[in-house]
Amino acid sequence: MSTTTKTPTTAAKPEARTPSKAARVLGDRRLPVLVTAALFLAMYIAGLSRYQNYGFGDSQVFLNLFIDNGYLLVAAVGATFVILSGGIDLSVGSVIGFTTMLTAWLVQDVGLPLLVVIPISLGVGAFGGFLMGYVIHNFEIQPFIVTLAGLFLFRGLCLVISKESIAINDSAVSSLAETRVSLGLGELSIGAVVALVVLAAAFYLLHYTRFGRRIYAIGGNEQSALLMGLPLGGTKIAVYTMSGFCSALAGLLFMLYIQSGDPLHAVGMELDAIAAVVIGGTLLTGGSGYVLGTLFGVLVLGLIKSIIQFEGTLSSWWTKIATGVLLCAFILIQRVMTTRKKA
Amino acid sequence: MITNPRWRALTRHNLFWPVAVLVALLLVNIPFTPDFFAIHMTDGHLYGSLVSIVLFGSPLILVAVGMTLVIATGGIDLSVGAVVAITGALTCSYISDQKDQDALSGVLLAMGLGLIAAVVCGLWNGFLVARMGIQPIIATLIIMVAGRGVAQLITDGQIITINSEPYKLIGGGYWLTLPFSIFVVAAVVAVTVALTRRTALGLLVESVGGNAEASRLVGIRSMRIKIMVYVFCALCAGIAGLMVSSNTSAADGNNAGLWIELDAILAVVIGGTSLLGGRFSIGGTVVGALVIQTLTTTIYTIGVPTQTNLVFKAAVVIVVCLLQSPKFRAKVFGARAKKTPPAAPAAVTTEPATPKMEVS
Repeated sequence: MSTTTKTPTTAAKPEARTPSKAARVLGDRRLPVLVTAALFLAMYIAGLSRYQNYGFGDSQVFLNLFIDNGYLLVAAVGATFVILSGGIDLSVGSVIGFTTMLTAWLVQDVGLPLLVVIPISLGVGAFGGFLMGYVIHNFEIQPFIVTLAGLFLFRGLCLVISKESIAINDSAVSSLAETRVSLGLGELSIGAVVALVVLAAAFYLLHYTRFGRRIYAIGGNEQSALLMGLPLGGTKIAVYTMSGFCSALAGLLFMLYIQSGDPLHAVGMELDAIAAVVIGGTLLTGGSGYVLGTLFGVLVLGLIKSIIQFEGTLSSWWTKIATGVLLCAFILIQRVMTTRKKA
Repeated sequence: MITNPRWRALTRHNLFWPVAVLVALLLVNIPFTPDFFAIHMTDGHLYGSLVSIVLFGSPLILVAVGMTLVIATGGIDLSVGAVVAITGALTCSYISDQKDQDALSGVLLAMGLGLIAAVVCGLWNGFLVARMGIQPIIATLIIMVAGRGVAQLITDGQIITINSEPYKLIGGGYWLTLPFSIFVVAAVVAVTVALTRRTALGLLVESVGGNAEASRLVGIRSMRIKIMVYVFCALCAGIAGLMVSSNTSAADGNNAGLWIELDAILAVVIGGTSLLGGRFSIGGTVVGALVIQTLTTTIYTIGVPTQTNLVFKAAVVIVVCLLQSPKFRAKVFGARAKKTPPAAPAAVTTEPATPKMEVS
């Protein structure tokens, strides 16, 4: 695993001197993930000591982090792929919102069975991602602008389906939403299980396949990747297709979680996803990071929300401020790391 | 296809496509509203679709002008929407605490406070980008995420409504028969153009955007220039925040200036400024912002259901970006020209791109 991920940087920035021990610790790519994991642990312990009498220690409270943030985890995994390849996808929140609308409309108003609707929704999301990737690669327009167009397009399509939210009272959806998988310590929802499966698949793809290695290479240095003969276009398009697919899947999970479609669902969720990826230690310049870090990023964001819930008196805007402060801290850590590596 | 050299020169001018799109959009309205271009006088104020396009587009033009300079240095500022919200929230909450909301001194003080908050945000962004060397898109993401939280903190999660006559002027008032905000925008644009095109400042900004390290070695204080553009951009966003909150007489921490950063970046791109930095066109940005606002107005006036607004916007973004992409033009328009010299595809690809840079 370590060889896979180290290749791109050594190619990009050859280290002239043997670094000192401190520099080696600071320059370790795993450091941000460890810091995030440690932060998560510290926050969890702080929560335990503060709200022990309110049942914070229940294993179910911990598992609820996955149940309540499964969709965010799936979206953030998709974003991790794009960011590792050196791009960005701003359309995530809109695709999620669109998927909730599309499924709600197809199930509720058109009356298609859920089993037919799921592949349609996933296909539409993946196709949207494919189109964006195609335009980004073939016409050399910046990912930022293309996915911004995607953001407007999918949010607009939500409103074209309906201006009102659509509540779903289909029996298949509600039984799926209420299904719980028992783990002994507590139970997980189908959404949480799917999210964990996606995480495992992404872990395998990124660290054990040629495709994953190409993503790191392209994110590390696109020019050298091209000169090495890597299929730049194919990989890039695949990355955006996967991000579109993950967003659509996240939309399905969100639809299960909320059991409705709404044109304003998940507005701005691309930022939560990007924030989770950054807090998880992935460099936004691409080429460095772990999908496990993204998991911890999502868990930290989820934990902030549940701590604020337990606190009760704190207002919801503190979530945004806390997220911003955390972002800032992790960006500065990343900065210190990258400068140390250059020195 | 294109043979006349004059016509070629014209189509290559960096303002050609944005202006063409703007004119086309304006003309689309004529079959639906025959008196679209008519401007009439009511109660001593000028009314008309053209006036309202500029009036409602004012905040966007302001933010986009600031954004142009940031993008010219190779950066990007995602925090402008949050700055709009913070400025509005701070100003309105200060005014609402006054006993006499119509008192001019109180209103001016409140506006000053709001603008200082905006400048502080700009300094913070500039500090992170220039001093710490953090990628602009991430550095400004911090205030984008946290800023709305701060704005809600200031307004305590409520929508603060105010009732202040002098404050109403900046966003919703009239002066010399025209909306006052048009004068504010005109002044800001004029000052920006004068500073960047009549002094060396614009050149310095472009050189920092072209290559920050090289311009530092030449003796340009690139760090200072970068901080300056972020402060300027935040200040523009602050003024836009005053306008938005004054026009609605309310501060909404959650929704004020929502997505304005994206619209502003769009305006800059439509105006022909490359997101890679190194050159910019203020005129193009103003046209770009007007294109976006005209699109919105057109959708309303021709009776297309308003919910399809965003789909149209997406379509325009895609069309304009594709038209500006040298590779797309080479593939689509160059395909016919390629037939005569089939052996030199490389020349065809690069040809449309190079002269465009010289023009700007």
